[in-house]
Amino acid sequence: MGDLSTLSSNLLYAAFFIYLIATFFFGGTIRDKGKGKSRVAGNIGITITIIGFLTQLGYFITRWIASQHAPVSNLFEYTTFFGMMLIFAFIILYFIYRVDLLGLFALPIALLIIAFASMFPTEISPLVPSLQSHWLYIHVTTASLGQGILSVSFVAGLVFLIRQVDQTKRSKHTSWLEFVIYVLFATIAFIMVTSIFGAMEYEAKFQAPVNGQQAEITYGVPAIAGPADGEVISEGAMGPLFEAPAWMRGQDAAKKLNTFLWSLFGGLVIYGLVRLILRKRVAAAIQPLLKKLNPELVDEVSYRAVAIGFPVFTLGAIIFASIWAQQAWDRFWGWDPKEVWALITFFFYAAYLHLRLSRGWHGLRSAWLAVGGFGIIMFNLIAVNLVISGLHSYA
Amino acid sequence: MNEITCECGHINPEGTVLCESCGKPIEKNQHIDGNDQKELLNMRYDGSARRSQTYNRTIIDKIWNFFSSVKVGVWLIVLTLIASAVGTILPQEMYIPPNVDAATHYRDQYGLLGQIYYQLGFHNLFSSWWYMLLLAMIGISIVIASIDRFFPLYKTLKKQKPKRHELFMKKQRVFGTTESDQVDVERFKKNLKKNRFKVYEENGHILAEKNRFARWGPYVNHIGLIIFLIGSLLRFVPFFYVDEFVWIREGETAMIPGTDGQYYMKNEEFILETYDESDERFKEAIQKQGGPIPKTYQTDAVIYERTDEFIPGKEPELKEVKTASAKMNHPIKFDDYALYQASYQLNEFKEMTFKIHDKENEDSNYGEFTVDLTNPKSEYELESGHRVVIDSYFPEYEMKDGEPVSVSKYPKNPAFVFHVYPPGETSPETSFLGIGMNIDATGENDYKLGLVNFDVRDVTGLTVKKDFTLPIIGLGGAIFMIGVIQGMYWNHRRIWLQPKENGVWIAGHTNKNWFALRREIDKVIDGTHIQKPVDQYEMKD
Amino acid sequence: MNEKTLKKKKKRLIFRTAMLAVMVGLVVFALISNSKDDKSVVAKGEQAPNFQLERFGSEGETITLSDLEGKGVMLNFWATYCEPCKDEMPYMEELYPKYKEKGVEILAVNLDSTDLVVKRFMDTYDISFPVLRDKNGQVMDLYNIGPIPSTLFISPEGEIVEQVTGALTLSKLEGHLKEIAPEE
Repeated sequence: MGDLSTLSSNLLYAAFFIYLIATFFFGGTIRDKGKGKSRVAGNIGITITIIGFLTQLGYFITRWIASQHAPVSNLFEYTTFFGMMLIFAFIILYFIYRVDLLGLFALPIALLIIAFASMFPTEISPLVPSLQSHWLYIHVTTASLGQGILSVSFVAGLVFLIRQVDQTKRSKHTSWLEFVIYVLFATIAFIMVTSIFGAMEYEAKFQAPVNGQQAEITYGVPAIAGPADGEVISEGAMGPLFEAPAWMRGQDAAKKLNTFLWSLFGGLVIYGLVRLILRKRVAAAIQPLLKKLNPELVDEVSYRAVAIGFPVFTLGAIIFASIWAQQAWDRFWGWDPKEVWALITFFFYAAYLHLRLSRGWHGLRSAWLAVGGFGIIMFNLIAVNLVISGLHSYA
Repeated sequence: MNEITCECGHINPEGTVLCESCGKPIEKNQHIDGNDQKELLNMRYDGSARRSQTYNRTIIDKIWNFFSSVKVGVWLIVLTLIASAVGTILPQEMYIPPNVDAATHYRDQYGLLGQIYYQLGFHNLFSSWWYMLLLAMIGISIVIASIDRFFPLYKTLKKQKPKRHELFMKKQRVFGTTESDQVDVERFKKNLKKNRFKVYEENGHILAEKNRFARWGPYVNHIGLIIFLIGSLLRFVPFFYVDEFVWIREGETAMIPGTDGQYYMKNEEFILETYDESDERFKEAIQKQGGPIPKTYQTDAVIYERTDEFIPGKEPELKEVKTASAKMNHPIKFDDYALYQASYQLNEFKEMTFKIHDKENEDSNYGEFTVDLTNPKSEYELESGHRVVIDSYFPEYEMKDGEPVSVSKYPKNPAFVFHVYPPGETSPETSFLGIGMNIDATGENDYKLGLVNFDVRDVTGLTVKKDFTLPIIGLGGAIFMIGVIQGMYWNHRRIWLQPKENGVWIAGHTNKNWFALRREIDKVIDGTHIQKPVDQYEMKD
Repeated sequence: MNEKTLKKKKKRLIFRTAMLAVMVGLVVFALISNSKDDKSVVAKGEQAPNFQLERFGSEGETITLSDLEGKGVMLNFWATYCEPCKDEMPYMEELYPKYKEKGVEILAVNLDSTDLVVKRFMDTYDISFPVLRDKNGQVMDLYNIGPIPSTLFISPEGEIVEQVTGALTLSKLEGHLKEIAPEE
């Protein structure tokens, strides 16, 4: 059994590096000349991507066998699977439209997601009674596939924006685009900070009141924001610069805030360095590489991804979710934050489709909506799990 | 004058943008869809006379037209979306602890933000009248917008003729002209059919069309949504929907609420299983959790049906219906009802066993007696001749104003005042016993009572549901999915071919996915000497 | 404008009005249903729902509310662990013999779960009016009783005349009893 789970995590590592290699090949397509004639780099890129996908599928299956339940039951497993579905959705849309450069953006984002996932506890966890149902994998896999496809819409939207936004002068568009890039950098920073301090086995223990009782809180990264009314008990550990506000609930609220601040600062540092090297806006630096790309095609890919993903998402995240909720908790809808955010995602893409079909929102506006939709999906994945439910007593 | 006669002779209803038959733009109505001379035709709803745009006289018409607008619909969606998001900032009232006062809870837990949140009613957002009103308005908007669009569009697509007006052809997004006398129309038609187009012909004018049904997708999914909303509405009718909750202690039989006294249930046993900590697979996770992780919540139950007439309070005559277990994800189903494992309380005191011993000697024993806490006897005779009388019993004991009282009927903290009559004596010794408490009232007792054993039992909490709206809601969901897939996974495509003196004109239209349409046109003109049409659309943003 | 278009227009107006009326009706229904409490409260002016309970301390003697038609009924919900209930018990005991003669019955529905505590309580307070045991809380649910003590005064015709939550004073109690006494 132990061997199987080792094999499983090795396969995930392998998949990660295979995706990384595929990214470089998609990068190589920038230099491809002519339209669709010589597509050597692209073909190699997609082949390697598919190999990577199959490797990750291997991870998924072996982990399933090892744990004897579908490995989508905690944040690590779910987010990893989400990354895999993003790759899968990219492969589908690649074969419909064959846009090589899409891979140059889709794969790094999937890599980010998978790396992000690995920052959470990766042990195999047992299923609590409410999760013991076939609907676990029916619901979660479908919802995740839907989100994956919708995320490709974001990738295409981002490509479109970098290609189309006028970089000759500063505007709302350029600023927001830089912000989106900054958020991606902040995610990289989160992964770096967590891994580096993890490798150093950094630990700082605090004693602080949680819900009226003294508890011990262990920080994995140096404390910028310490727990409210907390006291450092590890020797030599850095004291916090300030204390987290007391209204933040839950045992780990301050710890999460601390990690969040690290990510924000780290992202700022990375972004600053990149700007310093490029001496222009990051998007402006990428723009020339995309000149060959047909913006209408990218716009259509973005829209098509929503058209394909919306029904899948609705089926998985709303309908299957309701059927399962009816069985497990006797109500198909309970206005739980996770449910509400799935509904918000549904509403958002419904609005997107209405605006696009009936009100003619194409191009930039449509691309910004795709970015917003991805923001909502990520919010539901990260903030609702880590922050909103953290406000609740049951976190 | 309400109707518009086109130069092709077709009579169009008022408000038509493009002639239903030949597609010629109707001059004075172009403003309606933002068409103007230079630009491509706006093909939305195929230029049919959307009713909302045409009649706007009475107040009824004005209300109707308000809801008919997609812009209004999108605004309603956006407002609902924002409201929903606000509703998740703090937990809803249903998720806060049940025994606290909401007003103080929000203020104490979340400070000023919590207080404002509570004052504005966001703590009960999803059952607030205005949130429901928003959803209802979306519903109304769906109905009216669909009626206003479906029928005109249906008629227009039914009446369309292969022969189109030149202006219509030229102003299509995909358009091309071919000057050649070698155009192979037969091959073109064959290619079209091979690509599953339906081909209509009129004096050499060709209309090829596929997947028209995809245009009905939005209306089908809207019907699904309406059925869904109506299903949800029926939940307010008690006949359709029962939602009750019941606590039942192990060994007890209780009426199942919401069944009009028809059904009873006995709780045979409540089972809570946890994962084995030595399980190789989960060892790490369980360690990290720092406590046992539950594996099963289960109630073994017997369901009874009442055979005599139901009068509340009257002892029932029961007939067993079934023996079953309620687990999470596996409710007990009987008749139209379902029982869901929803909650539990562990270890409520059930029995306590005491012994009498000498005050000075713990090891002496004058006999034991067991008190059933749900039905204590008033007197216990021991073989040694001692007699114990329960003078007072406090199921949930507390001291109030120096007096022992019980604050509930549940044996959560049982305490007793015992009178012990030694053999032959008529005046008792008084002892006061509770959990962790053993008081000799006078200090002159010779005997002492001691707790030797106790027995506990669990309480299970079950939700009782009867829901006749589920099939309706399910049907709505299914129809919605069919409609969405129909509209999203197929595209309505049309290709027109017009014979000219020397050559042909070709035009194409689709409701989405233009690249796919152009690829398809490339396929059907293959070998026909028809020139590849161009995409006249340029991205402006 | 010709007749045909006029007719069409009229038809359209009727259709739109009807559709809107139906939808507004449904919305109003939803809003009203939603604002109502989950349970229908047994209210003043309604018929008191029937029940049958065993009289405490008797060997299986039951009392059915419907059998008491023609008499005024004071229905008191109480429990031994409820402090204010204890305060009003002596008043009820005091007025009971007088009003029993006048055709008013006092039914004290007890909500405790153990017989022993009720027995001890009744010994202490020397209660002579009928105490009924509602072990499973069915009658309490039927009358949707929240906090106790809660007292209903039912007319000889079976109609709920008054509902009082919280302890009664002697004069208030007597006033209500007078109200439900059958006319001579």
